[in-house]
Amino acid sequence: MEHIRTTKVEQVKLLDRFSTSNKSVTGTLYLTATHLLFIDSSQRETWILHHHIAAVEKLPLTTSGCPLVIQCKNFRVVHFVVPRERDCHDIYNSLLQLSKPAKYEELYAFSYNPKQNESEQVKGWQLIDLAEEYKRMGVPNAYWQLSDANRDYKICETYPRELYVPRTASKPIIVGSSKFRSKGRFPVLSYYHKNKEAAICRCSQPLSGFSARCLEDEHMLQAISKANPSNRYMYVMDTRPKLNAMANRAAGKGYENEDNYSNIRFQFVGIENIHVMRSSLQKLLEVSGTRGLSVSDFLSGLENSGWLRHVKAVMDAAVFLVKAIAVESASVLVHCSDGWDRTSQVCSLGGLLLDSYYRTIKGFMVLIEKDWISFGHKFSDRCGQLDGDPKEISPVFTQFLECVWNLTEQFPQAFEYNEAFLLQIHEHVHSCQFGNFLGNCQKEREELKVKEKTYSLWPFLLAERKKYENPLYNPDCFPELTLLEPNTASFNFKFWTSMYHQFDRSMHPRQSVLNVIMNLKEQNKQLEEDIKELEAKIRQRKGQSDGILVKEHQQSAHPAPVALKTPPCFKKEQPPIPGNDAVRTIEGSNTADNRYSELVSEFSKAEPAVVSLEYGVARMTC
Amino acid sequence: MEFAELIKTPRADNVVLHRPFHAAVEGTLCLTGHHLIFSSRSRDNAEELWLLHSNIDSSEKRFVGSLGTITIKCKDLRIIQLDIPGMEECLNIASSIEALSTLDSVTLMYPFFYRPMFELEEDGWCSFLPDKEFELLSSVTDEWRLSCINKDFSVCPSYPAVVVVPKSINDEELRRVAVFRQGSRFPVLSYYHRKNGMVMMRSSQPLTGTNGRRCKEDEKLINATLRPGKRGFIIDTRSLNVAQQARARGGGFEQEVHYPQWRRIHKGIERFNILQESLIKLVEACNDQSHNMDRWLSKLEASNWLTHVKEILTTACLAAQCIDREGASVLVHGSEGTDSTLQVTSLAQIILDPRCRTIRGFESLVVREWLQAGHPFQQRCAQSAYSNSKQKWEAPVFLLFLDCVWQILRQFPCSFEFNEQFLIMLFEHAYASQFGTFLGNNENERAKLKLPQKTMSLWSWVNRTEEMNRFKNPIYEANSLVIWPAVAPQSLQLWAGVFLRWNRPSKYLDEAQEEMVRIIKYNKELQDKVKVLRRHLAELEEDEGMRENP
Repeated sequence: MEHIRTTKVEQVKLLDRFSTSNKSVTGTLYLTATHLLFIDSSQRETWILHHHIAAVEKLPLTTSGCPLVIQCKNFRVVHFVVPRERDCHDIYNSLLQLSKPAKYEELYAFSYNPKQNESEQVKGWQLIDLAEEYKRMGVPNAYWQLSDANRDYKICETYPRELYVPRTASKPIIVGSSKFRSKGRFPVLSYYHKNKEAAICRCSQPLSGFSARCLEDEHMLQAISKANPSNRYMYVMDTRPKLNAMANRAAGKGYENEDNYSNIRFQFVGIENIHVMRSSLQKLLEVSGTRGLSVSDFLSGLENSGWLRHVKAVMDAAVFLVKAIAVESASVLVHCSDGWDRTSQVCSLGGLLLDSYYRTIKGFMVLIEKDWISFGHKFSDRCGQLDGDPKEISPVFTQFLECVWNLTEQFPQAFEYNEAFLLQIHEHVHSCQFGNFLGNCQKEREELKVKEKTYSLWPFLLAERKKYENPLYNPDCFPELTLLEPNTASFNFKFWTSMYHQFDRSMHPRQSVLNVIMNLKEQNKQLEEDIKELEAKIRQRKGQSDGILVKEHQQSAHPAPVALKTPPCFKKEQPPIPGNDAVRTIEGSNTADNRYSELVSEFSKAEPAVVSLEYGVARMTC
Repeated sequence: MEFAELIKTPRADNVVLHRPFHAAVEGTLCLTGHHLIFSSRSRDNAEELWLLHSNIDSSEKRFVGSLGTITIKCKDLRIIQLDIPGMEECLNIASSIEALSTLDSVTLMYPFFYRPMFELEEDGWCSFLPDKEFELLSSVTDEWRLSCINKDFSVCPSYPAVVVVPKSINDEELRRVAVFRQGSRFPVLSYYHRKNGMVMMRSSQPLTGTNGRRCKEDEKLINATLRPGKRGFIIDTRSLNVAQQARARGGGFEQEVHYPQWRRIHKGIERFNILQESLIKLVEACNDQSHNMDRWLSKLEASNWLTHVKEILTTACLAAQCIDREGASVLVHGSEGTDSTLQVTSLAQIILDPRCRTIRGFESLVVREWLQAGHPFQQRCAQSAYSNSKQKWEAPVFLLFLDCVWQILRQFPCSFEFNEQFLIMLFEHAYASQFGTFLGNNENERAKLKLPQKTMSLWSWVNRTEEMNRFKNPIYEANSLVIWPAVAPQSLQLWAGVFLRWNRPSKYLDEAQEEMVRIIKYNKELQDKVKVLRRHLAELEEDEGMRENP
C-alpha cells in the first residue's frame, strides 16, 4: 500500500476511445492494492488489474483536466481525464509502481485467496501431470526413456527436471551435447507420435560458430533419428530466417552443418525474432487504435505491421513440421536461438495439428504446461511481470493463441474449446493471479514455491468449463491422432478483432451463433432428462392404475403435480450461460457507439459508452 | 435465329473438367442453345454440371498440340477448365460458347425458353404488387396516396406505373416536379417508419444547373413530408465536390435558400466503372492462392471493395439514424437515383424495419427498391468480374448491396429469417438466371418484353416450401428492434461465401453448418416430445382424479 497516495478521485471522465467528439462518462476512480476501479454515474464498473497495465501515460494538461491514458496487456485502452493535476500525478505515480513490481513476491498470485483449502490447492496443482502426458503419447518405450540427467537442474536450468531422450543417448552424450547448445538446451523429446513412431524434439542453436563441431551432439542427433524405426532421415528445422542464423555464427553460435551430421535434412523456416514481433504488434495496435480509421488505412496498416505475415509464418512452420511427421514418418528437431520462443510456438502448434487430444480443453492445458511452461518459455520476461528490460517483452504466446484461433475458424468442429477459452488464458497469462505463468522456468517457480503459495489456473477454468465449450465440437469427426491440414493461403488469416478489441464491444457482432447453439445444447440435455422423468411417471401411473397406496407414497416423494404445470424446461429459457447477452446487447447497441457521423451525433445527446466488467476477471478476483 | 447455327460441334467425348479443390473428371460435353452440360462417365460417381451460357463472363482457349483447353470464367466468379481433344472440336466449341454467351437480344435469353418442372404454388409476378404494399401503409397513415400518373410510363420511363406520393400533391404538380428532376425521377415514398411516422423518400438530383433554378412544386412536395417546426435531412450520395460539378451539366442539389427546412449531408459513394474495377481487382486478388501476406493485403486494400462497403453502410446508417434517432424525414438521392440511392434506401430499411429481415419482406424490398425503382439490372449485371470490355454501364451495385446485407447479417445472425445462401442465390440470379425477374432495366422494359406472361418469376420458385427451407436461417428469432451495425474497418469482413467460395475447401465449414442445423432440429423434436408426454401425463392424472371422485 505504500505506493498509494490517493485512493479515490471523484468527477473523473472516461473518454470514449474511438469518438472524435470527445464523448465521455463521468464517475469515480478508486485505487486498491490490486485494481484500479472506475464506477460511472450509472454504476457501471470497470476493473483494471494493476498487473494488466502495460503503460501509463500522462498527457499535457487540458482545460477539462489532466488526461491519463492506460494501455493494458489485454488490449484494453482507457482514457481518463482527472480534474486536478495533482490527483492525476498521484495516480500516475502509484500505477507506475504498482504495475511494475520489483519482486515476484509482490505479484497478485501471492496474495490472491480464492477460499480453497490446502488439499484443494494441492489437487489443483496435480490436475495437469506431465508424466501422465508422456505416458499417453507412448513413452517411455523401446526407443525413448526418461533421463535423470537434469534431475537437479545441473545440465540445464531452464529445462524441467524430467526429460525424455533416446535410449541410446548416454549421459556423456547428453552432457556433451548440452555443452554445445546455447543455454545448455540440448535436444529432448517434445512430442511422440505413436502411430508414425516419429518424434518432435526441441533444443537451442548449436554453438557451432564457423566451424566448431561436437561429436556428442552429432551422436545425439543420430540417436534421435535411430529412435525412429520408420525413417532414418530426420529433419532439423531452424525456425529463424537464414540471415539471422548466419549472423549468429559470428557470435560462436549458429546452425547445424549438414556435412557433420549424418542423415539430417536441414531447413530454415524464417520466423522473425521477439523484437520484430513486439514492434509488429505495436504497429498493429497503433493502427487499430486510430480514431475514424478508414478501411484503406486499416488494411495498409495491417500490411505494414507485418503481423499477419508473422502469424502465417508460424503456421506455415507448423504445417511443414507436421508434414514431415505425418507424410514421411520422419522425426523433426526444432530449434531457434534459445529454443524457448519460436520453438515453443512451432512444437506446440505441431502437436495441436497432429493430436486431437490437444484440441480438448484438458489437452490444451497439458500442451501449454508441456511446451510452454515446463520447457521454459520466459513468461515473466515476455509478459513483463516485473520491472525489467522492456526489450524482453514480446507477444510470442499471444501469437501462438492467434494461430490456434485461426485453426478453430477453419475447423469449427475440431476443437472442444472456443474463443473465450483462448481469451481467458491470455488474460491470466498476464494477470499474475495464478502461479502457473510466474517466473521464467520451472526452477524459478520451485524457488518461489508457487505450488505452496499460489493457486493453479486450470481447476478454475475447468470449474467454469461450460463457458469455454465449443457447442459444435464433434470428436467423432476427429478421432485420436487425426491430422489437421489447414489451408494457409493468405486470405485465410483474419484480423483477430475479439482479441485486439476485446473491450471495444461496439466493434463486435451483436449476436453470437455459438451462444445460441450452446444454449440449445444445454436445453437439449435438460429436455432429455425431462423426457426420462415424464416417461417414468407415465409408466408409474399406468402400472398402478388402482394402487392408491402406492400413489400416495409417490406423491409424497414427488410433491409435484402442481410444479408440473411450470415445466422445468421453461426455467431453462433464461439460460445460465451468457446467451441472453444477445438481446441485451441489441438494446445496448446505439448509433452513438458506431460513429456513423459525428455530424449528426452532435445533436444526439451523448449516450454512455458501454464499458463493463469483462470476461469475469474481476468476478474471480473479488 | 436458330441456336443450332451457332453450334457446330454439339458434343465432345473424353473431355476433362478441372475445378479447384476437385479431382479432374473425365466425361462428355454437350452444348445446347442455353447450356453447357458436362456429364462424367464413371458409373459410381456420376456427376453433371449444367452451366448457363449467360453465366459465362469470359472464355479463353489455348492449345498444346492437338489438345485444346477452354478456360471458362463465370459471372458467379467460378472458374472451370475443359480439356477437349481435337483441335477442330475445341475451336468449334470455343466459338459456340463465345457466341452463345454474348447474345445481345434479350428475347433470346433462357428465361424465354425455360419451362419449370415444378408445380406452381403462387405466381411470383403477382406476389409484390404496389397496391398490396400500399394497403399496408394506408392502414397506418392517410397522408399518402397512390398515383397512377405514370401508368403508361410516359412521365418517368424508369419508374413503375404506380408510385406513392404525398396526398397534398396532385398529379399536375407532380408533372412539374418531374421536369425538375433528372430522368423525371421526382421524389417518391421509399419507406414509412411506423415508430414515429417519419419517412424516407428518394429521387434523382434536381436540375438546378449553374443559375440555381428552382421549382416551387418540388419544394412543396418534399416539405409536405415534414412535421410542423421539424427539419429534414437530404442525403446526397455524392461528395459535395461531385455534386457541385454536376451543376455544370445541368444537375445540382437543393440549395439552402430554397429548402430552409432541410439540411443537406453529402456522402461520397462511388459509382459505375469505379465499382466495376474494384470488383475486378478484388476477384483477381482472391483468385491467386499464392499471394504472400503483404501482396494479398495490399491487393485487398487496392481493390477498395471494403471501402465501398463501409461507405454505403455508413450512409445507410446515417439515413436510419436521422429517421429513428433524430425523428426527421429524409430524402435520398445521388445523380440518377438508380444506384447508390437505392443502396442507401434499401439498407436503411433493413436496419430500421424488422419486416425487411424476413424472407418475404426482403423479397418485397428487392422488388420495390430495386426492380420497380428502376435499377438497370440488365446494364449493370451484363458482365461481372472477368469482363474484358470496358463498357461504361456495368457495375456491381446490387452485389455491393448484398455484401452490405451480409455484413449486417454477420453481426446480427439471429435477426434475419434468411441465411447467407439466400443472398448468394440472389447474386447468382441477378447475373444469370432461368427466371425473368432480373431481365430488363425497369418496369417499362419488362412490360414491353411481357416478362410476366412469357417468363417465370424467381419468386415463384424461391417461395416454394421446398426451396424456402434451404434459405431459412435456423436460428432466426424475430427481433423488432432497430439493428445498428458496426462499420469500423475492424468490424467488416471480406464476404468469403462469394469471393472465396471457389478458392478454398469448404468441407469443414459445411459440416459445422449441418451440425448446427442438427442441434436445432433435435431441440424441436425434444420440445415436441415433452409436450406430448406432458399432455399424456395430465390425461392420466385426470383419469385418476375422476376415478377417485366419481
